[in-house]
Amino acid sequence: MARAVPTRTKWFNTATAGTLGFLMFFPILWILILSFKTEEDAIRAPLEVLFASDWTTQSYGAVQERSDYFKHFMNSVTISVGSTLLGLIIAIPAAWAMAFVPAKRTKDVLMWMLSTKMLPPVGVLIPIYLIFRDFGLLDTRVGLTFVLMMINLPIIIWMLYTYFKEIPGEILEAARMDGATLREEVIYVLTPMAIPGMASTVLLNIILAWNEAFWSLQLTSSDAAPLTQFIASYSSPEGLFYAKLSAASIMAIAPILIMGWFSQKQLVRGLTFGAVK
Amino acid sequence: MATKASRASARLMISPAVILLLGWMIIPLSMTLYFSFLRYNLLQPGPTPFVGWENYYWFFTDPSFSAAMINTLVLVGGVLTITTVGGICFALLLDRPMFGQGIIRIMVIAPFFVMPTVSGLVWKNMFMNPVNGIFGRIATSLGFQPVDFFGQIPMASIILIVSWMWLPFATLILLTALQSLDQEQLEAAEMDGANWRNRFWFIMLPHMARAITVVILIQTIFLLSIFAEILVTTNGGPGVATTNLTYLIYVSSLLQFDVGIGSAGGVVAIILANIVALFLMRMIGKNLDA
Amino acid sequence: MNVKRKLLASAATIAGLASLSSIAAAEEITIATVNNADMIVMQKLAPKWEEATGNTINWVVLEENVLRQRTTTDIATGGGSFDIMFIGAYETPIWGAKGWLTPLDDFADDADYDLEDIFQLVRNGLSADGSLYAVPLYSETSFTFYRTDVFEKAGVEAPTEQPTYDEFAEMVAKVHDPDNGIYGTCQRGKAGWGENMAFIGPLANAFGAKWFDMDWQPQLDSEEWNNAITYYVDLMNNYGPPGASANGHNENRALFKDGKCATWVDATSAANDVRNPNTSSVADVTDFFQAPKQVTSNGTGWFWSWALAIPASSKKADVAKDFLKWGTSKEYYEMVGESEGWVAVPSGTRASVHEDARLLEAAPFAETIKQAIFSVDPANPTKDPVPYTGVQFVAIPEFQGIGNYVGQQIAAALTGQATVEDALANSQKFAVREMTKAGYIK
Repeated sequence: MARAVPTRTKWFNTATAGTLGFLMFFPILWILILSFKTEEDAIRAPLEVLFASDWTTQSYGAVQERSDYFKHFMNSVTISVGSTLLGLIIAIPAAWAMAFVPAKRTKDVLMWMLSTKMLPPVGVLIPIYLIFRDFGLLDTRVGLTFVLMMINLPIIIWMLYTYFKEIPGEILEAARMDGATLREEVIYVLTPMAIPGMASTVLLNIILAWNEAFWSLQLTSSDAAPLTQFIASYSSPEGLFYAKLSAASIMAIAPILIMGWFSQKQLVRGLTFGAVK
Repeated sequence: MATKASRASARLMISPAVILLLGWMIIPLSMTLYFSFLRYNLLQPGPTPFVGWENYYWFFTDPSFSAAMINTLVLVGGVLTITTVGGICFALLLDRPMFGQGIIRIMVIAPFFVMPTVSGLVWKNMFMNPVNGIFGRIATSLGFQPVDFFGQIPMASIILIVSWMWLPFATLILLTALQSLDQEQLEAAEMDGANWRNRFWFIMLPHMARAITVVILIQTIFLLSIFAEILVTTNGGPGVATTNLTYLIYVSSLLQFDVGIGSAGGVVAIILANIVALFLMRMIGKNLDA
Repeated sequence: MNVKRKLLASAATIAGLASLSSIAAAEEITIATVNNADMIVMQKLAPKWEEATGNTINWVVLEENVLRQRTTTDIATGGGSFDIMFIGAYETPIWGAKGWLTPLDDFADDADYDLEDIFQLVRNGLSADGSLYAVPLYSETSFTFYRTDVFEKAGVEAPTEQPTYDEFAEMVAKVHDPDNGIYGTCQRGKAGWGENMAFIGPLANAFGAKWFDMDWQPQLDSEEWNNAITYYVDLMNNYGPPGASANGHNENRALFKDGKCATWVDATSAANDVRNPNTSSVADVTDFFQAPKQVTSNGTGWFWSWALAIPASSKKADVAKDFLKWGTSKEYYEMVGESEGWVAVPSGTRASVHEDARLLEAAPFAETIKQAIFSVDPANPTKDPVPYTGVQFVAIPEFQGIGNYVGQQIAAALTGQATVEDALANSQKFAVREMTKAGYIK
């Protein structure tokens, strides 16, 4: 930063990085293009697709008509937001206690929580399936919300914990000196200071829940099916289907892609449990 | 500061989370353990007698078992190598001065947000299909025989798809780490005559070490249970070429409906995961400020 | 779920009280279906039933392999996620005998429905212990689709009698023209007992192979199997499209309709779609001959029905039955004819439909299909006697697992990941394990 960088070097860097960035992004760009083509045009040679065919939005209409995008979209929203908020309610007190009243075993408890993330989901699929059947939770939003809440709970606690740790204890003590009760302390002092941290926790967990593809495929069928299920119904074609598959894919990833772009910075921290900031 | 009263209330505040996680772990786990000792096939209703270690015998002697172990290692190892090495290169490149860095960064990071079912289907059809996919089209137009990705190099194809998703993750984290590097230190080294290689080797790489460990650890957690990408592309085949441990258990419990053997496999997978976890936790523990 | 039902019930009660008339509570039923063309048509026409009855339908559209896994899990655990499911000639008798399906014998009492009109052979395939457990949307055997224009151009006569697989390979070699984008033959390569094994099974039968001998000993390492699979791998590698190991029924259908294949041995039920000018680019230049034989003609064409059944766990069986009757009624086929054209009417189920003049005019091949279906004998599928029934499958619950594994091994042989010998040796080992586990053999 301190030195001036020759413009030529800068251009060279831009060209190299730009090419690589474009290659990484190309698959997404390509399905975006295909989604605005007719089925017949979508399977033509790449150059013909680009320069010798018309643009249309008919695939989007076809996808909505066939598999009711909005229903799945609303399920995805309900389930990912619901599981995150539910997780927050349980995680905030826990993270608060661990950050401000650390005990000898706090670190062990945190480690143990993280280790539950390592259970291979397939190992407990049948028991969960049977439990869900007995409680009438199969194919319900409540059931899937609960499962996703449980698998993301360790991450939520960890993230909040690292954010809470950064809040200086003196401020809390000062509040306590002024006679604030525990409840007031949490609501009026802690929460406002923790809002940025909570916001990024919420973002990351919505993204993880949105893209979760094991439990959502196994435990839902129609009423509660989120967008992962919606996409799976395109896994074997009937006739030409590239344009429809592209349109469905774009509709499934767009909301989360946009959210993700806005929250890159926070993501790093959340995904590394505070190890990289 | 920590009075007895606050200790008690702290415990109270932690307990919902701990009880839930404990229940989430113990209830299904003990059921899996219990099922693994029963002859229990969903397609054969009726009594489910206790059969001791029989299911474990069948699972370990499954001809696919050793293949699945090797495939799991290859898949995790391959993706880790590509993403870590690639991630370091990308991070170094993106850290240099350039125009429009923000936009380039957004493009690099985007694949991480694509859900696994979508990336599996898109790569399988629009890119790797030998007749209508882009790679096939390019090969044909240049006069080459198109590559049948999932037929000839199935595991490499899966590794490619999974790496496409995780390379941005590694890049993002390593770049963040690199950007926190003290510029003055680098400049001082340059003044002292250290060339780029030395600066990379002795300053940048050690600085990134912690982030690299974290990238490896966290990816391992997710990569051990890769499922959706295999399900929508190869279904574990051809043969057992892309069957990993997760997929093998899925096959026994949900395609052969043998809950007993599937559960035995689940127990094995959990034990293996715990060995890895124990090892990872040691390392991760040092790197996290708990 | 329960709360919702209670709410619905109370809402209906209120509505009933208000109008002082007895309206049946509108129900919502969930149907699991495969994404085949005829089911998509049903999905399109279903709003008519919804309007007429006030009920609503939730469609769960899945790919065939996934559909099987989901429906089997659901029915075997009594999950109750579905009120109606599309199942086939393999599952229906097995599940029916276990009491997992609602018997449909009362359909016989409905004169309008006319159960007798459905072919006896098909009804038998969907019954267990004398009770009917599913009603067919369509039934099929396999035969050979071929391109008349391509055959003519290459100077090849299409056979009038059942050819042998050797003769078939000769024809395929002559019409193979990859430079012009036409592959000699497209056959299923995607692993799965209902995918590649549906083609391999009859092929193996033709070569004199069998799954099990009379003592239930697996026979997959026999010379006959080796001959059949070697033939298959050579045929596909020499004259098939690239990437054949990813192609199932739907993929091949798309390739054939797109004009990329000269021959294709597959389901008769695809004929109406391939010959439909609205959906196919080769509608005018496709014709059919029998699926080839080799050392025997027993079991060279498969038998399958896609049928609607009601799980015993469904709590809305009455509404579901009403939909079943609607979806397989004479009026339904009439409706398809009116809206999609008579060429698109599903075949192989009702005698009256096959006699309908409108169908015979639009789809002259319907008679060929009917004859082909009637010629199948699932009770004698092989050259030598065997203890099982079923042409392209073995009607025992263990077959799904074995068939899927063997399918994967053959896909590996097809792509060159394994030799034919290794693939069959692995398959044999697996089959012996499974049959030992299940107690058929010691």
